[in-house]
Amino acid sequence: MDQQQDVIKDIKKTEYAIEIDHLKKSFDGGKDFVLKGIDLKIPKGSITMVIGFSGTGKSVLMKHILGLMKPTAGEVRVLGKSLSKMTKSELHKFRINLGVMFQYSALFDSFTALGNASFPLLEHRREMSLEEAEKIAGEKLIQSGLDSKHFHKLPSEMSGGMRKRVGLARALALDPQILLYDEPTTGLDPILTEMVDNLIYDTHHSRKGSTSVVISHDLHAAFRIGDHVVMLHEGKVLKQGKPEDFLNSDDPLINKFVSTGVRREE
Amino acid sequence: MASTSAIESIDSFFSAFIKKKLIGPIEAAGKFFIFAQKAIASIFAKPFRGSEIIQHLEFVGNQSIGIILLTGAFTGLALSFQIWIGFSLLGASDLVGPTVALAITREIGPVLTGLVIAARAGGAMAAQLGTMRVSEQIDALEVMGVEPIQYLVGPRVLAAVLATPLLCALFDFIAMAASYMLSVHFLGLDEGVYWERIQLWVDPSYVYEGLIKTAIFGLFFGLFCTFRGFTASGGARGVGEATNRGVVVSMVMVIVLDYFVSNFIRFYYLIT
Repeated sequence: MDQQQDVIKDIKKTEYAIEIDHLKKSFDGGKDFVLKGIDLKIPKGSITMVIGFSGTGKSVLMKHILGLMKPTAGEVRVLGKSLSKMTKSELHKFRINLGVMFQYSALFDSFTALGNASFPLLEHRREMSLEEAEKIAGEKLIQSGLDSKHFHKLPSEMSGGMRKRVGLARALALDPQILLYDEPTTGLDPILTEMVDNLIYDTHHSRKGSTSVVISHDLHAAFRIGDHVVMLHEGKVLKQGKPEDFLNSDDPLINKFVSTGVRREE
Repeated sequence: MASTSAIESIDSFFSAFIKKKLIGPIEAAGKFFIFAQKAIASIFAKPFRGSEIIQHLEFVGNQSIGIILLTGAFTGLALSFQIWIGFSLLGASDLVGPTVALAITREIGPVLTGLVIAARAGGAMAAQLGTMRVSEQIDALEVMGVEPIQYLVGPRVLAAVLATPLLCALFDFIAMAASYMLSVHFLGLDEGVYWERIQLWVDPSYVYEGLIKTAIFGLFFGLFCTFRGFTASGGARGVGEATNRGVVVSMVMVIVLDYFVSNFIRFYYLIT
């Protein structure tokens, strides 16, 4: 019986990277809810695209997955562990399992590309020498597609695409099990958008067993690189499933989102 | 019916007024004290941030030397000249040296150093952290498993506490040197009398008192300006507001704290 339970536990552990139960979030003491009871399971090893119109709570959801916000109600479990039950120091240690590429990269202004990418290594592997950390960071930068001639540039000297690459290299530095991308293509031109989409796809497939979660309103990217798509609307999950499920949906809101996205891509 | 709605509107007006004018500031003060407690505790927490502390000491200390030399020298010159004019009328120009020394070491040196450094370094701290907050750099630190208060705030506060007294000592020295130059070489006071009276009237504890005061000013503006920056929101406007509030409140508090700390020190001397 115990053995059977262990097996069930192991399946549970391995099946989903992120599990969210009845997640609610209010910023004004319960008068108005941004997230109105989200139930979501993000499978391990997949690229999950979280899509939706502006103001549907996508970024708030991501902040809960990262443990930056505490739920008003409900629970978020990442890699089987409940974030709300962790102490602050446990949460800090746990976050080495997560890598994040921010919307505007959030690079440290005073550090070069190499400095930014080696920062997590120097912080978490304090036994590592600067040379070793920079060697690994250099490899991550090249893996992210940044030419070595740009390694010593400051963020203010880089283009938008270069900053995205450095942001990705920094997120990859500690080889996290889950990579989150917050609106990675917002404000980029179509060529850069495609470059970033390819970068996400290639990065995901070069790291076996890793899970990628992309918060986006780019439907084209959702269909192109996503294995699993979750659509949020007014703080709730409207639909989740395979990308093709969205194309064949009868829901008028999904149809509106899909047709707008497709029209834009055409 | 009309009177009920009038009572309701008065009630809602008062509850909004109490919330804004009474509860709001208490809540803000509470948040600041919690932040201050975390920031002070973070200075002693592991890992030790040696390179960050040195980097901020260089910024708060070394890069403020020029402005301290300039303000110190002209404060010494102006004060000596004004005191000399007044005391000459009474035939007490021999007392210019000790009067200037007392004023500089006990009040003017610490207060002006506090004001100048709060404006220069405090403003920069609030602006830097505010920019990091609105551009998600602080979120990025947190997500990378780095405690942002320990990494960003602790070293800045420690640097402010250590560097401000050193800058005050420099201010005292340069102000007295300028006073000596003017009094002895231009106003014709006797050099021996000038130094002898200072030795007679000025106790070294007065200098230490000034240094202790500036360490407290450094602690306050370090904590308050980093708090404003750390909690900034709303883009460039939010950063501007955080910087402005940080600097203005720090400068006012330097003067307010000066009065209370001076009295506290005097009380300490009385009971010991």
